Amino acid sequence: MSLTHARHPTEDPPWARWTILALVLGFLALMLILPLAAVFAGALRKGLEASLAAISDPDAISAVKLTLLVAVIAVPFNAAFGICAAWAIAKHYFPGKSFLITLIDIPFSVSPVVSGLIYVLVFGAQGWFGDWLIDHNITIIFAVPGIVLATIFVTFPFIARELIPLMQEQGVAEEEAAVSMGASGLVTFFLVTAPNIRWGLFYGVLLCNARAMGEFGAVSVVSGHIRGLTNTMPLHIELLYNEYDFVGAFSVAALLCLLALVTLALKTGLELTQSVRGRHV
Amino acid sequence: MSEPSDAPPMTISIEGVEKRFGRYPALNGVSLEIGHGELLALLGPSGSGKTTLLRLIAGLEFPDRGRVLFDRDDVTYLHAAARQVGFVFQQYALFKHMTVAKNVAFGLDVRRKNKPPRAEITRRVDDLLKLVELDGMGPRYPSQLSGGQRQRVALARALAVSPRVLLLDEPFGALDATVRKSLRRELRHIHDATGVTTIFVTHDQEEALELADRVAILNHGRIEQIGTPAEVHDHPVSAFVCGFVGEANRFEGVVERGLFTAGPVMAPAPNVADGPAVAFVRPHDLSIAGPADGFETHVGRVVPQGATGRVEAQTLDGRWIEADFARDQLVGLEHGTALRLAVKQAHVFPAS
Repeated sequence: MSLTHARHPTEDPPWARWTILALVLGFLALMLILPLAAVFAGALRKGLEASLAAISDPDAISAVKLTLLVAVIAVPFNAAFGICAAWAIAKHYFPGKSFLITLIDIPFSVSPVVSGLIYVLVFGAQGWFGDWLIDHNITIIFAVPGIVLATIFVTFPFIARELIPLMQEQGVAEEEAAVSMGASGLVTFFLVTAPNIRWGLFYGVLLCNARAMGEFGAVSVVSGHIRGLTNTMPLHIELLYNEYDFVGAFSVAALLCLLALVTLALKTGLELTQSVRGRHV
Repeated sequence: MSEPSDAPPMTISIEGVEKRFGRYPALNGVSLEIGHGELLALLGPSGSGKTTLLRLIAGLEFPDRGRVLFDRDDVTYLHAAARQVGFVFQQYALFKHMTVAKNVAFGLDVRRKNKPPRAEITRRVDDLLKLVELDGMGPRYPSQLSGGQRQRVALARALAVSPRVLLLDEPFGALDATVRKSLRRELRHIHDATGVTTIFVTHDQEEALELADRVAILNHGRIEQIGTPAEVHDHPVSAFVCGFVGEANRFEGVVERGLFTAGPVMAPAPNVADGPAVAFVRPHDLSIAGPADGFETHVGRVVPQGATGRVEAQTLDGRWIEADFARDQLVGLEHGTALRLAVKQAHVFPAS
């Protein structure tokens, strides 16, 4: 038998390879690319100008601003939380560790609407802290703080989940080496731990950011849908859609898609530079 | 040769140290003195507590009871960063994102007090890389080096901080046999050049005997014996040490009036109480006996080993025995040849 016909033991025969590939590509086209194309087609149905007008509407602009503001607060907060949680879980032993890991998963397993309702129950006018908050003139529900809180809650597992396995795999030997050479805890973190987790952290930040900008359910419950004040982009899209302003809805949706695509492009770009520098990492 | 250690070498005293991990006792009252400039091996099977003992000295673990003294200072609970030890990890633990030079300079770069000027750090790094025979490798990254080279970087990095004691955890464990041998010689050479008190952990008795001034043999969190390589090899104090250090044939039998018997095998056992016992016979402690002496065996295999040869033979009741003889005594021996063997010397211990 000639070598060209020899197949690697883990390699599938060509018909199987092509069938699987066709299935995957077909599924992606139907479920992902087609709807994405539909969004852009819907946005441009009455021409680019109508679409741009919908985006530059003051309410739309305030929705974009609010979405970015929420992401800018929620992502750094969850980055800090994720690093702390992963540090505690991966580098230390303490009782109740697996329980903590389970707790971190709660936002993933609970419906976002329920997450939103929790905050209404706690901080709403009829909630546990309702009277106290009213007495002190603090508004959380149906205002920006509530939206930020709900977004943080829904997105906090992303970065922690990305970092925990990474840090567990890396162990503590490098940190021990640094400390035994006289480095302080902070120096060890910034010179040894941080460079080792930077790609995982970055990836987690991107995922967290994408979800923070796109979150609908939890935000919808706590927002109150006040146009120009407490509407994020996803809420604004729903509002426009329900008013039969399809061009407006699809235009803002297309903008949200573009933001997500920018995030993805950033990630891909970084992965490319990482594989170029890969031998050093 | 450069002198990486400015501080005079140090004596280390371990006093009655105990350490448990949960319910598992890792160290059961270990006491040990390490003289200044000494090269000591901690030898034992896995789970014997040797690595835990090393980490206690480094300050990477703290004992439940007992004390660790550097010279006369109690450092039992002193933070690792303040101990001035050099620690070499089994898996190197090099900083992957830093060059070799940056790795070696790390301990000096992070100093807040007495930080040497940049030029001096550079010079020091160059000297150390020369010492571990890695001149010119400074700009490389750890992933571009072989296992042996990485371990040398780890060694240079540990020496850079002028450690008062150098601690190595299974330093050659992950390397192949040839590299291991040459690195062993190099470590001995570096130790002699720097004079720094050095403790290394190993489960390889050959490595311990070849490299160390003294060997401490650990088992179940206790020190079974401590002594020079010759002492622990030739005068083992327990059955465990005898079985662990050097090669030996092991026989279970009984002692009666100073004579050990196990089937046809007999060995002198003076000063051993009557009763069940185990005997260890080194391969070189067997001799070829005349027809009136010893016991009958059949040769299984003859394996040449340099100046000597190893005979694997089976007694008539089925026990396999390994014996070493000079090559000229082996002429004519082959599979199936009858051979009478006698025990010249045995280490006999009461069965526990």
